[in-house]
Amino acid sequence: MSNVQEAVEAAASHLHPPGSFEPDEHPVPTGREEVWRFTPLKRLQNLHKDIPLDGQDYTVDVQAAPEITAESVAADHPAKGSSGYVPTDRVSARAWQAADKVFLVTIPKETVAAEPTVITLRGSGTKTAAAGHLVVQAGPFSESTVVLLHEGSATFADNIEVVLAEGARLTLVSVQDWDDDAVHHTHHHAVVGRDASLKHAAVSFGGDLVRMNASVAYDGPGGEVEMLGLYFADAGQHLEHRLFVDHNAPHTRSDVLYKGALQGKGAHTVWIGNVMIRKAAEGIETFETNRNLVLTDGCQADSVPNLEIETGEIVGAGHASATGRFDDEQLFYLQSRGVPEDEARRLVVHGFFADIVRRVGVPEIERRLLESVEDELAKNVGLPPATPVGAAG
Amino acid sequence: MATLEIRDLHVSVDTEQGLKGILNGVDLTVRSGETHAIMGPNGSGKSTLAYSIAGHPKYRITSGSVTLDGVDVLSMTVDERARAGLFLAMQYPVEVPGVSVSNFLRTAKTAVDGEAPQVRTWLKELNSAMEALSMESDVAQRNVNEGFSGGEKKRHEIMQLELLNPKFAVLDETDSGLDIDALKVVASGVNRFREQGDRGVLLITHYSRILRYITPDFVHVFVAGRVAEEGGRELAEELESEGYDKYVKAAAAS
Repeated sequence: MSNVQEAVEAAASHLHPPGSFEPDEHPVPTGREEVWRFTPLKRLQNLHKDIPLDGQDYTVDVQAAPEITAESVAADHPAKGSSGYVPTDRVSARAWQAADKVFLVTIPKETVAAEPTVITLRGSGTKTAAAGHLVVQAGPFSESTVVLLHEGSATFADNIEVVLAEGARLTLVSVQDWDDDAVHHTHHHAVVGRDASLKHAAVSFGGDLVRMNASVAYDGPGGEVEMLGLYFADAGQHLEHRLFVDHNAPHTRSDVLYKGALQGKGAHTVWIGNVMIRKAAEGIETFETNRNLVLTDGCQADSVPNLEIETGEIVGAGHASATGRFDDEQLFYLQSRGVPEDEARRLVVHGFFADIVRRVGVPEIERRLLESVEDELAKNVGLPPATPVGAAG
Repeated sequence: MATLEIRDLHVSVDTEQGLKGILNGVDLTVRSGETHAIMGPNGSGKSTLAYSIAGHPKYRITSGSVTLDGVDVLSMTVDERARAGLFLAMQYPVEVPGVSVSNFLRTAKTAVDGEAPQVRTWLKELNSAMEALSMESDVAQRNVNEGFSGGEKKRHEIMQLELLNPKFAVLDETDSGLDIDALKVVASGVNRFREQGDRGVLLITHYSRILRYITPDFVHVFVAGRVAEEGGRELAEELESEGYDKYVKAAAAS
């Protein structure tokens, strides 16, 4: 084997470590591992160690579209594992084993759901830790929207499997709007069937620590994935999104756009964008972008795009990442037209998020997103303005 | 009748080599109804004067005063200055992603007037302002200055001038980079503003070309951070034929 091949496979195994359903096959992380190095393990409430995941301090409310079934089924239901997902870290493997039931959302073949299905998980305390497992199965040529809302206070680890049959179109929005003390570790894994189309949107506002893995693989050519993210970290919050798009089938597409804002001391966001283009994945197209807007001093935004390419026979592949201070020139321009400073800041931040909110494209959720941005901005009122940087002459 | 008065204004900017003086004692009085042209070579401090009046944080006023009807402008925030009746048309208007022109203009109009404009009359006003400056009708839905051509940006500035209708307008090289057709459109907007009779204009330019379309009452030659010569419109014609050499040499010798 040539050195180049070895290097490629080594890199591949880094992006795509072998999984296991057995927690014991995943050593307790120390924080030095590549996949854990950004996460403050001390604040994980021992989810990565051995805290029992048998808590019941939460409620689930479901408002399903009439065409769709949403039900709780036994943990040994064949839907579990139907996405081909195998946990790749200890917390996810522990959640897999601990979840004593599966929540199953089924969108029947060729069904077009008239309204979104909304599942609200509301935590009522962090004393105990809980595990969850959700499977969303979108039947052939179905069209639907599923919204997951996470609220309240909880220590929660879960796995979410999403299976799109051929030609299915699904929008899945996951909103992490927890209270300040919540800790949430989640893995979303989607398998996208032939000519199917998934829009996955992650929205993280609340919680002390949120760590989301979102991975996607294809089951046939022609699949399309749009992954959108919007996050807003305040003082002391850790919000981490780790994406992995596995282009394992030809003529598939992926388009990733994550945007985040940070404000206050110790606000920390992490975005990892891993994309793998396998040898078989000829004619694919992928692009990923992460943009961060730093509103005050004392914040940290980590942004790491990785692209691994095993075939050059593709339409296009690229990534972009940028983290910038609040643009004082924009502020000056708006203020010079009479707009007061706080309103000018609000306009600029709304403007920063405007395209991503529009692309999520779920009217029911759009207002909530804009209101959440508004709430976050309200927290910032009274803070001194960001220090001016390099104004143009 | 309003008066914008600039007295002995000294302004510096922070550079890597420390504080650098740019304006060295500017005296200028603009009364409503008057148009003053400020002409000068590159680097003479013309734009610094414009941004200092508007309150850009990059510029530090080290001494002197700017007053509007006797009220201290320099102690006002940037937005307070705008609400007091000052307007700056910028040489390089700033892009504001995600904020539509229509949202921006309505927000600015509301801020300057102290109340939201009536929906029906506002749309009419907006459309006629756009039409008067030959703006494409889709501009209102586009993001502020994003993807605008150079000419569109300048026309957008003058459109704001007409909609916000301040007491005094500072136009910072609004003519630079415009072809003759765009220049005429922009000049006609400025002239509509002037024709109200009680508005003041401080028109900063490098070239005398625009003065053929906007006739100044006074011309000031700006060199090395101060006014080196003052006169009527005939001074602009002299500068057109002789350039700034005479003034630059005199300033260097002093």
